[in-house]
Amino acid sequence: MSAVEIKRNERIIQRIFLVIAFSSIFSLFLIALFIFVEGLPMIWKVGLKDFLLSTRWAPTKGYFGIFSMIVSSFWVTIGALLFGGPLGLMCSIFLVEFASFRVRAIIKPALELLAGIPSVVYGFLGVVYLVPLIRDYLGGPGLSLLTSCIILGIMILPTVISISVDALVAVPHSYREAAFSLGATHWQTTYMVTVHAAKSGIITALVLGMGRAVGETMAVIMIAGNALKIPLSPLDPIRTLTSNIALEMGYASGMHRQALFATGIVLFFFVMALNLIAAIFAHRERLG
Amino acid sequence: MTPRRAEHIALGLMISGAFLALAILFFIIAVIMIKGLPHITTRFLLDNPMDMGRAGGIFSTIVSTVYLLIVSLIIAIPLGVGTAIYLTEYTVEGKITKIVRFGTECLAGVPSIILGLFGFILFVIKLGFGWSVLSGGISLAIMILPVIIRTSEEAIKAVPQSFRDVNEVLGGSKWQGVTRLVLPNAAPGILTGVILSVGRGIGETAVVIFTLGTSLRTPFSIFDSGRSMAVHFYIIAREGISMANAYATAAVLVFSILFINIFSYYLMHRFVKGRT
Amino acid sequence: MDKFTRWHVGFFCLLLLVGVCFACSKKDSPKEKGGYTSIILAGSTSVQPFAEKLAEIYMVKNPSTVVNVQGGGSTAGIKAAQTGIANIGTSSRNLQPEEKGLFEIPIAYDGIAVIVNPVNPLENLSTETLRRIYAGKILNWKELGGVDHRITTITREEGSGTRGSFEELVMEKIEIDPGCIVEDSNGSVRELVATDPYSIGYISLGLVNKHVKAVALDGITPSVKAIKTKRYRFFRPFLFLTRKRPEGLTLHFICYVLSPEGQKILAKEGLIPSSVIHGESKLCRQ
Repeated sequence: MSAVEIKRNERIIQRIFLVIAFSSIFSLFLIALFIFVEGLPMIWKVGLKDFLLSTRWAPTKGYFGIFSMIVSSFWVTIGALLFGGPLGLMCSIFLVEFASFRVRAIIKPALELLAGIPSVVYGFLGVVYLVPLIRDYLGGPGLSLLTSCIILGIMILPTVISISVDALVAVPHSYREAAFSLGATHWQTTYMVTVHAAKSGIITALVLGMGRAVGETMAVIMIAGNALKIPLSPLDPIRTLTSNIALEMGYASGMHRQALFATGIVLFFFVMALNLIAAIFAHRERLG
Repeated sequence: MTPRRAEHIALGLMISGAFLALAILFFIIAVIMIKGLPHITTRFLLDNPMDMGRAGGIFSTIVSTVYLLIVSLIIAIPLGVGTAIYLTEYTVEGKITKIVRFGTECLAGVPSIILGLFGFILFVIKLGFGWSVLSGGISLAIMILPVIIRTSEEAIKAVPQSFRDVNEVLGGSKWQGVTRLVLPNAAPGILTGVILSVGRGIGETAVVIFTLGTSLRTPFSIFDSGRSMAVHFYIIAREGISMANAYATAAVLVFSILFINIFSYYLMHRFVKGRT
Repeated sequence: MDKFTRWHVGFFCLLLLVGVCFACSKKDSPKEKGGYTSIILAGSTSVQPFAEKLAEIYMVKNPSTVVNVQGGGSTAGIKAAQTGIANIGTSSRNLQPEEKGLFEIPIAYDGIAVIVNPVNPLENLSTETLRRIYAGKILNWKELGGVDHRITTITREEGSGTRGSFEELVMEKIEIDPGCIVEDSNGSVRELVATDPYSIGYISLGLVNKHVKAVALDGITPSVKAIKTKRYRFFRPFLFLTRKRPEGLTLHFICYVLSPEGQKILAKEGLIPSSVIHGESKLCRQ
């Protein structure tokens, strides 16, 4: 082949690869398109305020208010963060700063194994072990907001721990040594210097964990109770946006189906908001 | 409160927190193993489920799971690796790469139930594929695409520039350089990403249950329905059909993840060894 | 052929293959490929275990056939039959007026049992009381003479045929309290009631086992005999629904279910075979 032909082939190949590269964009675009095309008209018809702020969800009778589910999803995410965040952080600090290399070498693979366990297994164990505990000692039906927060918190532990560990390990030793040379104790060094330096990585870990919690569906269906009411106490059963989609997807049609897509839009925004918060924090760290 | 004191209290807190976290996590693995292992017999692995899963084994679900994963990998690997190749070899950092990366990140954040909804409406109903390995495979492929893109990109970037320089000096085309030098070298890293996605795909329920379906039959053609192991576990656990089988299925799932992780560690080890 | 042309040819072959696969997927008629025919049943979770049992036996008797059974709920089954993604949609409730237009084949009748935990001393409920419990008007067991504890009321999801039938038979236009716990299959309701001493739920009579207790309604204990003698009025049809008149493997399977052998299997599992009420089916006369 002549040089000109080679050059032309190269350009064509480059273009093919460009098309392939846009495949991921294409699928995202397709999903977004679908969800918005199906969901927006319904929001228009019902009215954004009624859709987001009404607590009455009775699709077969024409009521499409998802407020109680928005509240539930919100609390579940916060709760999961409360249970999984500090615990995960403590664990990762322990693993990096205070544990021996041998301990870390055993635990890290175990954590990766746990990260791979299907979420439905966590849900099942929650139903078998946690729900009766909460029902007998704290009250309520056991299937509740609290149960969901605890199980989701446990579910995000492996993610939070491994990313935080990576972030902490990435902090250069010189930072710690500098603090030591100034007379700081190990703990003082850790919380004043190391954790501070790893802040953006740790925040990424927490946000990724929250993202996983808000998107979790099947496990939540098993433990949350799926009641269509705003939880007045952590012991009340709840239904999240995700569970609602899963419970009704099989038979929804017409406006009901559109309402599920509209719920998807709301979820999209939830996740996007989380990513934005993470990006802002990361950006600020880079500047500061 | 002297710094010494604070140190001891803090250390105590860290250790208890860590201990609690790790205890919970190990409890999970322990329960599954203790309650599930005794029921994993060769019969369990080779027999089909009978009586709604109350009796028999999980063979058809194993086949469904493997079949589903193969189809999704056939779709996701060329697209994912191709995207990674494009991002690293064929362009410079600019608007296009930013858009592609942004798209990938967003795709990674889509909740799985939305993918399930999308897959159900588009592939099962509108395109008429029905509940099938095809519907499930495409939907799962979309889910694992971001992981493959990310890890492939890392792997390809890690190939030293010297390889490409040598290719240029010897007069090879870019395409030749990519296929003959860069890719073979990045292969272990790419494979790690593939294995990671397999791990995610095995445990995925929300996407699979609405696209592949819940049939207990062994799928043969790509248009057949089936039931993945995770979905089977979900159904028999939730409905109390058989606790023994539920734990056993969970144990099989955990073992699969374990083997997958071990395999990927082995590959990474080979990768590192081969380079030095 | 050089690599460049090979690429393009390969790409187009792939497109062609996808197109062919697409075209080959027929919707309504049973799928025929590679030496076997397959059909899909989808819908009611109440019908599912019985359909699955029939399918198992049918496939043994008729090798090179495949009968897939999916769940999803009765409304999902009705939709699946309407859109053609299933050959047979199954439902455990009667069709609403706006859903009419499908070919309806009742295969059996099943009672709805109201269940409580075995430690619950409750033996009998009136329809009125049951309605008020599910409407959220009676919230504590002590109002029924039991312990002072909140009642955990469990219902099914909106698309469930069991719920639809329950609403038709018990609630009579009064809405079920949205604060109830919602589970999406008979099995999970039964599991919950079996483990929560303060719960109450309703499931298919054919699925009641020793881990839960079925209460009498208006003084009548639910049983197949009570339904046959019309004393227990809380029962609903199990329907097979098809878009048009069934043919091929679909018809053959339906006829097996309606045959004396199929009906005997259903009777053994605790259902009332439709042949008892409708006599022999005209559909399978030939």
